[in-house]
Amino acid sequence: MISVRDLHKSFGSTEVLKGINAEVKEKEVVCVIGPSGSGKSTFLRCLNMLEEITAGDVLIEGDNLTDPKVNINDIRSRVGMVFQHFNLFPHMTVLDNITLGPMKVKKMKKKDAEAVARPLLEKVGLSDKADVYPESLSGGQKQRVAIARSLAMEPKIMLFDEPTSALDPELVGDVLAVMKELAKEGMTMVVVTHEMGFAREVGDRVLFMDEGIIMEEDTPQNIFSNPQNPRTQEFLSKVL
Amino acid sequence: MRFSFEQKRYRQGANTQMEFITESHYYRVMPFLLEGLVWTLLITFVGLIIGFALGAVFGLARLSKNKIIYGIATVYVEVVRGTPILAQILFIYFGLSDLTGLNIDKITASIIAIAINAGAYIAEIVRGAVYSIDKGQNEAGRSVGLTRGQTMRYIIWPQAFRRMIPPLGNQFVISLKDTSLFSVIAVGELLYMGQQYYGITFAAFEALTMVCIMYLIITVPTAVYLRRVERRLDV
Ligand SMILES: Nc1ncnc2c1ncn2[C@@H]1O[C@H](COP(=O)(O)OP(=O)(O)OP(=O)(O)O)[C@@H](O)[C@H]1O
Ligand SMILES: [Mg+2]
Repeated sequence: MISVRDLHKSFGSTEVLKGINAEVKEKEVVCVIGPSGSGKSTFLRCLNMLEEITAGDVLIEGDNLTDPKVNINDIRSRVGMVFQHFNLFPHMTVLDNITLGPMKVKKMKKKDAEAVARPLLEKVGLSDKADVYPESLSGGQKQRVAIARSLAMEPKIMLFDEPTSALDPELVGDVLAVMKELAKEGMTMVVVTHEMGFAREVGDRVLFMDEGIIMEEDTPQNIFSNPQNPRTQEFLSKVL
Repeated sequence: MRFSFEQKRYRQGANTQMEFITESHYYRVMPFLLEGLVWTLLITFVGLIIGFALGAVFGLARLSKNKIIYGIATVYVEVVRGTPILAQILFIYFGLSDLTGLNIDKITASIIAIAINAGAYIAEIVRGAVYSIDKGQNEAGRSVGLTRGQTMRYIIWPQAFRRMIPPLGNQFVISLKDTSLFSVIAVGELLYMGQQYYGITFAAFEALTMVCIMYLIITVPTAVYLRRVERRLDV
């Protein structure tokens, strides 16, 4: 589903990603962990071209993002992204946040877009918030709306960049529950996270990133109980 | 002179209180000033509408990654902001007609001058407002599959526009006052009409007092209103 080959990314003269190779299969949940500044977000953002790729290839369902002929907006509509800081549109109601994509990208009628949006709001437990503005929501509620907004495009793949790390601890659970539900339904997911519990429970595979490369990659069981790379061991001893 | 003075104006002595008021220069200057005010407002509004269109185009161009587009917009903004508006109006009214042989009328020249002048300042207002919108908004829009244009139109611009309202109001006040400079080409705007009145009556104090009051009647409520809007946007 996602195929990353020798991905390099530089900002000016600093190389942040130094040759990443990774595969994500359909319905797989891959968690990306690693120390701050190791390039996790940059890697994730390269997967939907929010960062321009310096060298290497990223294939999404067979489409190569570095191919100049590729329709990037089309690919992005197949790849949902959830951000650490939610990035809801503050000037729109919750419902309008969710229907904007379907209406403008898929050219759906308002009524049809709302018929997509309402069940999604229900799914994330926020049916009663359809007509409020994002500012009146808690962080956890905002993030669940953001997830619903992405899902409204019916993406094949969902990318999450530390979706719970801007939340108060008591709000994390609701968001993780929604993500677990998604995983159970068979969504292909790449999740950058500091929630080791989530990675252990939901992840099919864990990538440990450090200094712009994937240092180690394994099942959660193996990586958490028996890490091979000394950098992984050091990192896990700090966070677990 | 296209307005005539009635003889009565110069009659000595007012014997009732009503006549005392109606005979005073403060009162007599008003028909002139109201006519001037109409032109002042017309030049300001039409000029600013065009200026806003220019400002939106050049402001967005200033955010372009395309060097040529950015360059053209930057030259426009810097040239206009780096030269006095008085020179600009003379340039447009005399300079351009000299060059092209066309006879631009005074009102048109004034509107063009306000549009071009305010356009440069508004371009910076637009650039600043759009730039101030969190990058995450753009990324969120793009990642649901919206094009750059759609993201600008539905997500960035509506939010940026709210932030433009206070500085645009401020620009309105500035441009309104700037129209007074067009008295140099004898445009019948507010200040010029006041000058016409005291040129004949020598009542400069009264005429200019009323001219200033007329400006203040527009500018003070605008400023008060803007401060309210600003406070509301802050929260
Ligand atoms: N737009 C940018 N311009 C320049 N440098 C950048 C940019 N974005 C990221 N970097 C640098 O790239 C490196 C990796 O950043 P990245 O955000 O991918 O790390 P991360 O692993 O997600 O860290 P964190 O856990 O703190 O989110 C950092 O050193 C960062 O300073
Ligand atoms: Mg990050």
